[in-house]
Amino acid sequence: MAKKEYSFYPGCSSQKGASASNYLVSVQSMCEELDVQLNEIPDWNCCAASIGYAEGGELPRLALSARNMALSEQANPGQDIVATCAACWLATKETQERLHDSSDLMQETNDALAAAGLNVKADQTVRHMVEVLIEDFGYDELGKHVKKPLEGMKIAGYVGCQTNRPFGVDGESFENPKYLDKLVETMGAEPVEDYQKKVQCCGGALAFSEPEKSQALIKDIVEAAYDGGAEMIVTPCPVCQMNVEVYQDQINATYGTKFKIPVVYYSTLMSVAYGKNGKEAGLDGQIIAAKKLEEIAAK
Amino acid sequence: MSDANTAMVEKYRNSFLKEVEANVEEGEWVKMCMQCGVCSGSCPFGPHWAHPPQELFMMIRAGKREEVLTSDSMWMCTSCYNCIVRCPRELPITHIMHGLANYAHRLGIAPKNQPTRKFAKLFWENLTKKGRTNELKLGLSLYFMNGFGDGVKTSLKMKDIGLGMLKTKRMNVGEMWGGHACKDTNGLHAILKKAREIEDAKMQKF
Repeated sequence: MAKKEYSFYPGCSSQKGASASNYLVSVQSMCEELDVQLNEIPDWNCCAASIGYAEGGELPRLALSARNMALSEQANPGQDIVATCAACWLATKETQERLHDSSDLMQETNDALAAAGLNVKADQTVRHMVEVLIEDFGYDELGKHVKKPLEGMKIAGYVGCQTNRPFGVDGESFENPKYLDKLVETMGAEPVEDYQKKVQCCGGALAFSEPEKSQALIKDIVEAAYDGGAEMIVTPCPVCQMNVEVYQDQINATYGTKFKIPVVYYSTLMSVAYGKNGKEAGLDGQIIAAKKLEEIAAK
Repeated sequence: MSDANTAMVEKYRNSFLKEVEANVEEGEWVKMCMQCGVCSGSCPFGPHWAHPPQELFMMIRAGKREEVLTSDSMWMCTSCYNCIVRCPRELPITHIMHGLANYAHRLGIAPKNQPTRKFAKLFWENLTKKGRTNELKLGLSLYFMNGFGDGVKTSLKMKDIGLGMLKTKRMNVGEMWGGHACKDTNGLHAILKKAREIEDAKMQKF
């Protein structure tokens, strides 16, 4: 297959020394195997995620994403914007749709962008990396690259919220999307059937401001993974990954549970299955070590 | 901002619904709610809302301005979008909740010590300063948002998580001095300033 190119919006959490830096490492390894070239949007800015609304308001928030789109149009014309972070994808795609739906909003946004000499057309497609995998490659093609199938592993596909709602992926149902399970299967592992908390919210940004209420949700997410017989959780979202991984000790202290289940990205699984080593797969970024994957990667 | 609040009360004396339609993001959808309650039943923080979304919609229509805007209900929104995809009338409920929270915040009458309100303000200030989120400073400012004593307590509680993040290079102490940034922060600030001016002017006009 010929090289595929995309305009890449990596987002704040993927930067060096940030909370999802290991996600980016594994995405780069995965893309190398698939001959995907990610052209970073030059000088991209934060999208304000799902918590910027309160202080930012509507137009300043939309202007943030519009600036990224304008820079993408300049540097990577004609290329789809691809984000790996759920919130980056959501904010950018939402802005793209809102600007298209309202000529007033488009005008106001461009008036704001003009203050920095920019202009946006917002006519590109904004996609999540999993959409690229599913739509531009397809499961069969993705499976052809597997060198070390993840045999004997049972994995709970935790889709979460924003790589599912409100836009959906591959036209799947919001209540029981299958794409993550299919990716798990394609890599040679067994997905948990009927994972009860597959699309349950982890609290998102409110894990910071409302820790008790959020950790009650995370407890259910982890518990359901264990109930389904999983030894690992996989997710497409940096906030889901962090929330479900790092609070397990605090949840254990509160609820008397004994949770210690690794939480990885789909790209971690794929990098290992594609024969990359532990470092290339970002496994050194796991706070709860993914031992089984480390073993496979070291083989 | 209490002046702005007084001005709005004067202007929309007889209709809070009109005020919401004119000033709250996606507020024009409020009248479409058919009171089925699916949003409230679908919310992950549902039990913690004093007034779940469908109730807020009815309260807006009933003119309960004070109760709605000073409520901490809409601050319970985790942005999970479950209500949006399930709403039979396809109201953009998540955005309306964000809009209500933002409007109450702008008018200065949102609950003062609401933790998500404080966090959201810290987050916006953090990200707009250099154009990219500084996770280290954001985390620390969050721990200390209720004062020094509370901050030390929270920091101790979060110590193990912080160490785990440091060890795996998912947190960087160097972010304290400098850190990631956009190159054209001046341009970014100019855009945001202009956007805010346009939005404020709209609020005056209605």
